[in-house]
Amino acid sequence: MTFRARHLLGIEQLHPLEITTLLDLADTYADHNTRGLAHREVLAGLTQINMFFENSTRTQASFELAGKRLGADVMNMGMQASSIKKGETLIDTALTLNAMRPDLLVVRHPQSGAVDLLAQKVNCAVLNAGDGRHEHPTQALLDALTIRRAKGRLHRLNIAICGDIAHSRVARSNIMLLGKMENRIRLIGPPTLMPAGITDFGVEVYDDMVKGLQDVDVVMMLRLQKERMDGGFIPSEREYFHRYGLDAAKLAHAKPDAIVMHPGPMNRGVEIDGTIADDINRSVIQKQVEMGVAVRMAAMDLLARNLRAARQDNSVMV
Amino acid sequence: MTATFFANARIIDPVALTDAPGCVLVVDGLIHAVTGLDATPPVGAKIVDCGGMCLAPGIIDIGVKVSEPGERHKESFRSAGRAAAAGGVTTIVTRPDTDPAIDTPEKLEFVARRAQLDAPVHVLPMAALTKGRDGQEMTEIGLLSDAGAVAFTDCDHVVSKTKVLARALSYARSLDALVIGHTQDPGLSEGAVVTTGKFASLRGLPGVSAMAERMALDRDISLLEMTGARYHIDQITTARALPALERAKRNGLRITAGVSIHHLTLNDMDIADYRTFFKLMPPLRSEDDRAAVVQAVAEGLIDVICSMHTPQDEESKRLPFEEAASGAVGLETLLPAAMRLYHAGQIDLPRLFRALALNPARILGLAAGRMLAGAPADLVLFDPDAPFQLDRTTLQSKSKNTPFDGARLQGRVIGTWVDGTRIWENA
Repeated sequence: MTFRARHLLGIEQLHPLEITTLLDLADTYADHNTRGLAHREVLAGLTQINMFFENSTRTQASFELAGKRLGADVMNMGMQASSIKKGETLIDTALTLNAMRPDLLVVRHPQSGAVDLLAQKVNCAVLNAGDGRHEHPTQALLDALTIRRAKGRLHRLNIAICGDIAHSRVARSNIMLLGKMENRIRLIGPPTLMPAGITDFGVEVYDDMVKGLQDVDVVMMLRLQKERMDGGFIPSEREYFHRYGLDAAKLAHAKPDAIVMHPGPMNRGVEIDGTIADDINRSVIQKQVEMGVAVRMAAMDLLARNLRAARQDNSVMV
Repeated sequence: MTATFFANARIIDPVALTDAPGCVLVVDGLIHAVTGLDATPPVGAKIVDCGGMCLAPGIIDIGVKVSEPGERHKESFRSAGRAAAAGGVTTIVTRPDTDPAIDTPEKLEFVARRAQLDAPVHVLPMAALTKGRDGQEMTEIGLLSDAGAVAFTDCDHVVSKTKVLARALSYARSLDALVIGHTQDPGLSEGAVVTTGKFASLRGLPGVSAMAERMALDRDISLLEMTGARYHIDQITTARALPALERAKRNGLRITAGVSIHHLTLNDMDIADYRTFFKLMPPLRSEDDRAAVVQAVAEGLIDVICSMHTPQDEESKRLPFEEAASGAVGLETLLPAAMRLYHAGQIDLPRLFRALALNPARILGLAAGRMLAGAPADLVLFDPDAPFQLDRTTLQSKSKNTPFDGARLQGRVIGTWVDGTRIWENA
């Protein structure tokens, strides 16, 4: 097996072979999910805690479902309302949770690097469900699986990532993953939403949708956060839609069989035209959600195997 | 009369810019004579055999945070004094960004009294430029000067109201008081914790362009032209600010600049996996900026190297990067870290001590910082080559937030003297 990681903190630390291993397993789970096959023995006896310091419905539900399909005992902790408000530090929260001996910890946090910090303090496997503007590895993996299934390969594709790159952890993880798998990546967005020094990441940068979308295989749209809309990053929602919103006219410049992706939740009429999002010939947005469960099942399965192996080694040593 | 004879020394003279063997005779706390190796000690003098090690003027560190009043658990005058002595720093110029800020003569008196009681080194307090460091109304610059304030600064709170700063500078000019500024445009810097660039983008941390430094510098230079005040910049850390500084000096403005040892020896990549001990104000810069600033120190464009000693306890650093407190302790690592520049061949020892001792003394109008007869015998004896690995738990400072924890350094302080009295001995 080629998956040695103890945690899934980001795409940055993964080897291309580990990514392929994970996607292959997720592929199997995706097929089994459509056929309704159960795998309750995989995580049986393991406890999965979902710790979300930031609002999430979709990702949390996806992780919960993935854990339950594999037989884990899943607990959700909404952290906004909890002890953080009482002044407990992140590290103390981590130590408290660690004392409860969970096996899998799924964490989302509004601060970049917070999940790394937490992972240093616990014995279980940690999965990053999004940290600040840093990484969102399972999103990039589910996007990769969706692309691979739609296009038949995950290399030598022209992929455009469009919109608010600067504030997007989804974009960072995708740039990392798609780059490692040797694709050509274009970033399209207004300069105010483009991170500094981004050209050092081996990507092409465009501020014009029409030029950027020329002959791409995949169009990945990003969500424009409400708070950015009036934050002075762009003049207005309607100007943004006019220049960067994906509609049929702009999409016509991509390859005829180009697929359209969006990590959700969508702002229809801001970054994407509703009819494009619903076009079953182009949009794979619902597929992404479906692949999300499969990818998270695969990730937890692999991490649980490594966790059990590590525990066995330790018990032998004792 | 008490006399001490430093024999067999390697004398670092930042005035003559020489590095040569010699002896130093100290009488009653003052340097009496600096001679060649063949000089004989006077009868009755105490003899210190320097063993060929470097003898230099003690470091004068502008901008040390002693967390009294307010946060004595982070650093007291006793612990800061010990840290200074261990690091070869003989004068600390303290920052007023305490809680409460040092903005009245009464508060300044408290600092002076505490320092007198507990610190073995010279302590020269600075006072706030505006009340409460709020940037609204100037402090009693005259009364504070009379009470012993050596400079006026709001530290990292930039006075954003240009009119307030213009008035404070004009008023300070009438008293020939020194104003110290922090040239980082506050608007552009808002919310930033690192410098923009590849690293910031990779780690998803909010950054500020290095240009923020030049923007603020340009504004302050304009105000200096207008007011003629005496002005020192606490830290110049970017290549883009250097031409503006050079022009201002060439035009005869009374402007000087410093840089922290951290910005001379570390860059933004050192933050690596969100290591909060590397979170500084201003943030660490790119390697290109670092190299440019090192060169500016060697050429003398940047006048002063300081430690920007900022103690923070574990709790304020063991947080996600954006939430963690800024700053690093530096009194004890200033000299060994500076030796990195020396060993890399980027600056020689006399020029290094020009930035560490002579220039700060000139800016503050002190007689120290020189290896000359008549100067106070504030001295540091050190081995520039001795290698060691830093263990932060061994620091004298109450706070252990050093970015050099575990780092391999060279340069060990053997002894520190203040007014001819030995205050530190490293066996």
